[in-house]
Amino acid sequence: MISVAIEQSFDSWRSRAREFLQKGISPSEILWSSREACQDELFHMGEASEKRDRSHVRIPKAFFDLAETVACHREEERWALLYSLAWRISRGGERHLLSLETDREIRRAHAMAKDVRRDCHKMRAFVRFRKVGESATGREQFVSWFEPFHHIVERNAGFFRGRFTGMDWSILTPEKCVHWDGKELHFTEGVSKSYAPDDDELEDLWRTYYRNIFNPARLKLNAMRAEMPVKYWKNLPEAPLIRELTNSASYRVNQMVDRTALTPKDRPKSSYLDGLHESNESLTLSQVPGSIAPYTLDEWREMASCCRACPLWESATQTVFGEGNPNAEIMIIGEQPGDQEDLAGRPFVGPAGKLLNDALSAAEIGRGELYITNAVKHFKWKPSKGSVSGRGPKRLHDKANRNEMKACRPWLLGEIAKIQPSTIITLGNTAAQSVIRQDFRIPSERGVVKGPNDVGFGGKIIATVHPSYLLRVRDRKEKEAEMRRFVDELRLAGDFSH
Amino acid sequence: MNLAQKLEILADAAKYDASCASSGAKRRDSSNGKGVGSAGGAGICHSYSPDGRCISLLKILLTNVCIYDCQYCINRRSSDVARARFTAEEAIRLTLDFYKRNYIEGLFLSSGIVRNADFTMEQVVRVARELRETHDFRGYIHLKTIPEASQELIEEAGKYADRISINIELPSEKGLRELAPEKNLRRTQEAMGGIRQRIEGSKEEKKHYAKHHRATPRIYASGQSTQMIVGADASDDSSILKRSDHLYRGYRLRRVYYSAFSPIPASSSVLPAKAPPLVREHRLYQADWLMRFYGFNVGELTPSEGALKGNLDLDLDPKLSWALRNREQFPININRASREELLRIPGIGVRSVDRILKVRRWSAVRLEDLTRLRISLRKCLPFIETIDHNPVRLNLDGDRLKERFLPKPEQLEFDFSASRSSALTGEV
Ligand code: SF4
Ligand code: SF4
Repeated sequence: MISVAIEQSFDSWRSRAREFLQKGISPSEILWSSREACQDELFHMGEASEKRDRSHVRIPKAFFDLAETVACHREEERWALLYSLAWRISRGGERHLLSLETDREIRRAHAMAKDVRRDCHKMRAFVRFRKVGESATGREQFVSWFEPFHHIVERNAGFFRGRFTGMDWSILTPEKCVHWDGKELHFTEGVSKSYAPDDDELEDLWRTYYRNIFNPARLKLNAMRAEMPVKYWKNLPEAPLIRELTNSASYRVNQMVDRTALTPKDRPKSSYLDGLHESNESLTLSQVPGSIAPYTLDEWREMASCCRACPLWESATQTVFGEGNPNAEIMIIGEQPGDQEDLAGRPFVGPAGKLLNDALSAAEIGRGELYITNAVKHFKWKPSKGSVSGRGPKRLHDKANRNEMKACRPWLLGEIAKIQPSTIITLGNTAAQSVIRQDFRIPSERGVVKGPNDVGFGGKIIATVHPSYLLRVRDRKEKEAEMRRFVDELRLAGDFSH
Repeated sequence: MNLAQKLEILADAAKYDASCASSGAKRRDSSNGKGVGSAGGAGICHSYSPDGRCISLLKILLTNVCIYDCQYCINRRSSDVARARFTAEEAIRLTLDFYKRNYIEGLFLSSGIVRNADFTMEQVVRVARELRETHDFRGYIHLKTIPEASQELIEEAGKYADRISINIELPSEKGLRELAPEKNLRRTQEAMGGIRQRIEGSKEEKKHYAKHHRATPRIYASGQSTQMIVGADASDDSSILKRSDHLYRGYRLRRVYYSAFSPIPASSSVLPAKAPPLVREHRLYQADWLMRFYGFNVGELTPSEGALKGNLDLDLDPKLSWALRNREQFPININRASREELLRIPGIGVRSVDRILKVRRWSAVRLEDLTRLRISLRKCLPFIETIDHNPVRLNLDGDRLKERFLPKPEQLEFDFSASRSSALTGEV
């Protein structure tokens, strides 16, 4: 049997443990204990059966992370527990032990690590600094008294240094104290509470805050105690208020309820408020006007921003109206806004818009020569599968149905009537069906459209694919070919209009 | 009026805003700066109020003077509360003094609306700017923004703040028209959309920086959140959750806070006299949690028929309630089910699911293993299958199954607040 006393430091346990593991000394042969820093360290009680097995000992890093935390626990059993785990992992053939949270020792280690982490967290939360003065160089100086439950002062020191770099501070505890002077952390032995200051002028203000942020109408003492355990209260300047606040709560609530309610006051003279009310009242338009004739394009756009002629407005952010040169020769009509367009309130700003821009510049058509819009003006989407938080798209494009297309068509007709382009390019099926014919099909009828169309448009119509189709083509060669074809079709429009 | 008196009024005025989080900031500290402050990771609650809410930030209004008339709000123009105003210097001093004593993680600054949105927003932004630029403050800042404020000001707010938020207040346009006549759902959502774009834009920019330089400058807030008031208008739980679903999906909110409409001094004659039960708020948090982390679709959370149509069951947590409505999906085999399926089992949380997945790679899971993972069998037993347990005996189809889970009458009041941190997070 070997008896070994470890001082409170993970490193001293680790070097011991490594030595024992290499010698092949089993956990049952070692008696671990803690010692003060200056005691003798190793006693041999009888002979341990050293196997002198010096084979290489390998332990996963994850174990050391866990062990380093467990080592801060105040329970004496931690050293033996850690050694037993290290033994089982490295020599007992249980390399996957760490993932077996049903194992008794692993559970114990996790529970201890959790205690330590919680204590660290609570120390970060409940340390209260009190100001003691200023240094010769004008740095403010603070001192705090705290009573941790585990050996966490060193573990936590870095946190306080990083947070309070710009001031001098000391945290005093019964076991160990830590000090920061702007350059280095120092550790000294523990002291008693009498060394710490017992007041700070700001504490009254803090208590004022604490008293007033409390809502007496929702007393939830258990929730409070669970997160701020009573054992910490003695060093919290605000804690003495808890009883008073709790006791007066129901009285205060009754007082509130008993007061007669106040009726709303008229609004004061304010052009700002008038503007808000006016805009709130004009936000709905249940039917699209029959013809754009009496309106300007800007008025048309303004009205469209309030449209509720079909249910699509409800789950979208805003109407995405067309934009561009009102005297454009070429009008591009897409299908409907997407996620990005919905946020920006502008057509073709998302990935498909970027691709369209690239294609347009390849076709040597400037955006200034264009008017760009969509057949449907609100973003229609369906939810993605899975949780709403996390990565990836959350609103997936959903095709507008016949009714929605039909409801939205007057806006488009108005745009065409005002812009009077000589060429219309439709992108994708929905746009083509809205402009040309309900049963129009891309790709079979792709290209320059011959014959009549549903909007009575007399100019040229080119029906091509939607740029989002090009985005979906995976194969690089195929993509290039598709892009060339798309650019050629756009160029066709450019030629026509000149 | 001295500082303490102002603090009294302006903290009281801010306390109805439920958001308290100081998490999700970019990791940073003051080690290469000239001031104080650090942030990043989970955030710290420095104290708790007897109302069970955490105190993490100095949550104040710059002023509680307001020209709006939101009926649920103590600061509305029709209210007769005492009014006060902090100067920017006072708000800055308080933040720094509290921070240096480790009372807080940072500042949550909001304001009543004075003159107009831009004027108000400028005052708020100024405090944040000076904290960052003059005092090199690196703690957490959450700014409440006003949807009607100009894009430039919202932009600037996001430059200094870790989180910005706009309160949606009520889930429906109708509710807003009745109770907050100056506010508007569309404008609010448009502003949230703009904020999402900027947050994402700054992430792209950051990647660019990471590629070409080493140090990444602070560019923009890393998240936005909102608050919805529950029980002030007639909206049912399903419309509340649907709005949240839209907000999470459309604007990538970090959090939606639900705040049970609470009686206030100087309450309005337009509001219901009685506050909703706090447990409703708690159930909403739980349902919200199911949407965010358990893969539940918003439509699954509330019953589509029966007496409770459109509302969460106040007696049972929403996952258990869903399971009882969808018994045909059970039992779920602990040893074979996918992660998605395991997440559907009442009483088993995300962390437990991940532990089960790890453990079962090495050995088949038995009931005692679940107990060892500290899973309470009481809730999950009727819904699971392990090698040593098959719930047929527990009669998965019987009507008595629901009764099994109903709280004993006297427990109802306390059960929800006793559930430790879940009261704040909604974890089920
Ligand atoms: S999609 Fe078109 S018709 Fe439907 S609401 Fe929007 S603008 Fe109006
Ligand atoms: S805008 Fe409305 S909610 Fe905000 S302070 Fe004014 S009255 Fe209260």
